[in-house]
Amino acid sequence: MSTSIKHAPLPWRRILTIAPPFVWLVLFLLVPFLLVLKISFADLQFGVPPYTALAEFKDEALSLVLNLRGYALLFTDSLYIATYLESVRMAVITTIFCVLIGYPMAYYIARSEPSVRNVLLIGVILPFWTSLLLRVYAWIGILRNDGIMNNLLMGLGLIDQPLEIYRTDLAVHIGLIYAYLPFFILPLYANLVKLDVRLLEAAYDLGARPWRAFFSVTLPLSMPGVLAGAMLVFIPSVGEFVIPEMLGGADTLMIGRVMWTEFFNNSDWPMAAAVTCVMVLLLLIPLVFFQYSQVRQLDARGGRRNG
Amino acid sequence: MGKPSTRLRALVLGFGYAFLYFPILLLMVLSFNDSAMMTTWTGFSLRWYHELFNDRALLEAARLSLIIAACTATAAVVVGTWAGYVLARMGRFKGFALFVALVSAPLVIPEVVLGISLLLMIVELSDLFGWEAQNGAFTIWVGHVILSMAYVSVIIQSRVRDLDRSLEEAALDLGASPITVFFQIVLPLIAPALASAWLLAFTLSLDDVVVASFLTGPGYTTLPLEVFSRVRLGLKPEINALATLFMVMVAVLVVVANRIQNRKG
Repeated sequence: MSTSIKHAPLPWRRILTIAPPFVWLVLFLLVPFLLVLKISFADLQFGVPPYTALAEFKDEALSLVLNLRGYALLFTDSLYIATYLESVRMAVITTIFCVLIGYPMAYYIARSEPSVRNVLLIGVILPFWTSLLLRVYAWIGILRNDGIMNNLLMGLGLIDQPLEIYRTDLAVHIGLIYAYLPFFILPLYANLVKLDVRLLEAAYDLGARPWRAFFSVTLPLSMPGVLAGAMLVFIPSVGEFVIPEMLGGADTLMIGRVMWTEFFNNSDWPMAAAVTCVMVLLLLIPLVFFQYSQVRQLDARGGRRNG
Repeated sequence: MGKPSTRLRALVLGFGYAFLYFPILLLMVLSFNDSAMMTTWTGFSLRWYHELFNDRALLEAARLSLIIAACTATAAVVVGTWAGYVLARMGRFKGFALFVALVSAPLVIPEVVLGISLLLMIVELSDLFGWEAQNGAFTIWVGHVILSMAYVSVIIQSRVRDLDRSLEEAALDLGASPITVFFQIVLPLIAPALASAWLLAFTLSLDDVVVASFLTGPGYTTLPLEVFSRVRLGLKPEINALATLFMVMVAVLVVVANRIQNRKG
C-alpha cells in the first residue's frame, strides 16, 4: 500500500467521490425497500395510494398502527406456504442443472486455445444481450403439443401421443435453466481461466490420473466460482415471474407470480408487500452469502494488486 | 499436461451451445414461414416482416422503448461508472459492505422486488411533493437506470482494477488534480468498457418487462410490455420477425464491440 498512501486523496475529496453514488444508492435502493417493509404493515384502503398510513396524528397524539393482516394470512394460508416451498424447490433444481450443464461447459471453454476460447465466450455472452423475453417465447413453439419437439418425436415414431410439457412445471424448469445458464457459466469461467495450470502439472507429475487431478485440484479451487454462479442462478429464480407466466400452467406455483396477482389483479398492495418481504427474508442467507463473496472478491483483487 | 478428452469436450460444448442457440435459430427460421401456424413449414415468405412494419402499436412501442433505453444507458453509464470507480479505487471506507450490497443487489434480487420497491418510492414521493399524473416514461427510466447501473458498475470496476495504477500515480506526481487524472487518463483507458457497458444497459432496458410493468403509467407501453401482453397467451408470428431483427442487430453489435475491445486490449 506504500505507493497508494502517498497519493491518498484528501479526506474531503474522498468523501466527495464516495458520497454521491452512495447517497444515490441509499435513496433509490435502500429507502424503496424500507418502504415495502413499511407498507407490508399497512392496511388496504380505497384511494390513492391504496394503503393506510402507519403513523397518524389523531387527538394530538401520534398513533402507530402496525397491521399484520398480510403476514397472518401468509403464515396461515397453506397455499402461500406451499408456494414459497415450491419456488425454492424449483430454484434448487434449476441451480443443480445449471451446475451440471454449466460446469463442464465453463471448464472446456477455459481450457480451450485462446483464439477458440474467445469465440466460445462470445457464444455464452451473446444470449445475455438478446431479449430474454423473446428467447423464452421461442420455447413455447418448441414445447407445445403441436410444437417442433413433439412433431419431431412423433415423426420419428418414438411417441404416439404428444408429450404434455408446455404449461407444466417441466417447461418452467427448462425455461429457467435455459435463461440462467449463462449467469452460471460466466463467473465460473472467470475463475477457471485464472487457475494456475502448474498446479495441475504438478498433480500429473505426481502421477494423478486426469479425473483424480480434476477432483483434487481443479474442483476445490473453482468452488468460489461455482458458488458465485449458483447464487446468481438461485436467488433470481426464486422470484422469477416472466418464465412461469409464459411457460407454466395455471397450477405452477411460484412466488413472483403470486405477488404479481396480489398487486395487479387484486390491487392489494400491502399483501403484495408482505409477500415480497417474506421472499426477501427467505433469500436473506443466500443474499448475505453472495454479498460476502462479492466483498471478498473485491478484497482479494485489491490485495493482490497492492501487495 | 494431460489433454482434455476431445470427444467429451465436443459432446459437452455441442450440447450446451445447441441448447443455448436452438430456440433462437428456430425463431429466425420460423420468421420466414408463410404459415400462421408456427408448427408447420408452408413456404418462404416475408409476410411477417411486412406485417411487423405495418403494426402501428408495435412500432410506437418500439420508438418509446428505444428512447427510454438510450436515456437509461447514458444515465446508467454516468452513475455506474462513478460507483464502479469508487469500488475499484477508494479502498475500504465506512459503509463499504453496504455500498457493495447496494451496488450488486440488482444483479440478483428478483425483478418483482425491485419493481414494487421503486413503485412505492415513486408513489410516496408524488404523495410528498403533490405530483399529479405520473409520467410513465420518466418513472420507467428511473427504474431502468437503477437496474442497469449495477451491471455497469461491475464492468467498470473490473476494468479500472486492471488498469496500471502507475499511470495515474505518475500524473498525480506531475501535479495533475485527481479530477484531471480521471478525465484525462482513466476515462480514455476504459472507453471500450464504457461502450460495452452502455450497450448492455441499453439492451437491459430494451428487454425489461417486470420493472416497467410496475412503473408504467397509462399510455406508456414499451416494446417488451406490448410483446409480453401478446405472447403470454401463445404464439404470434409477427413477433418472430421482430425477434429475428433484434437478434441480428445485437449479434452484429456484440461482435463489432468485441473486435474493438480486442484491438485496444
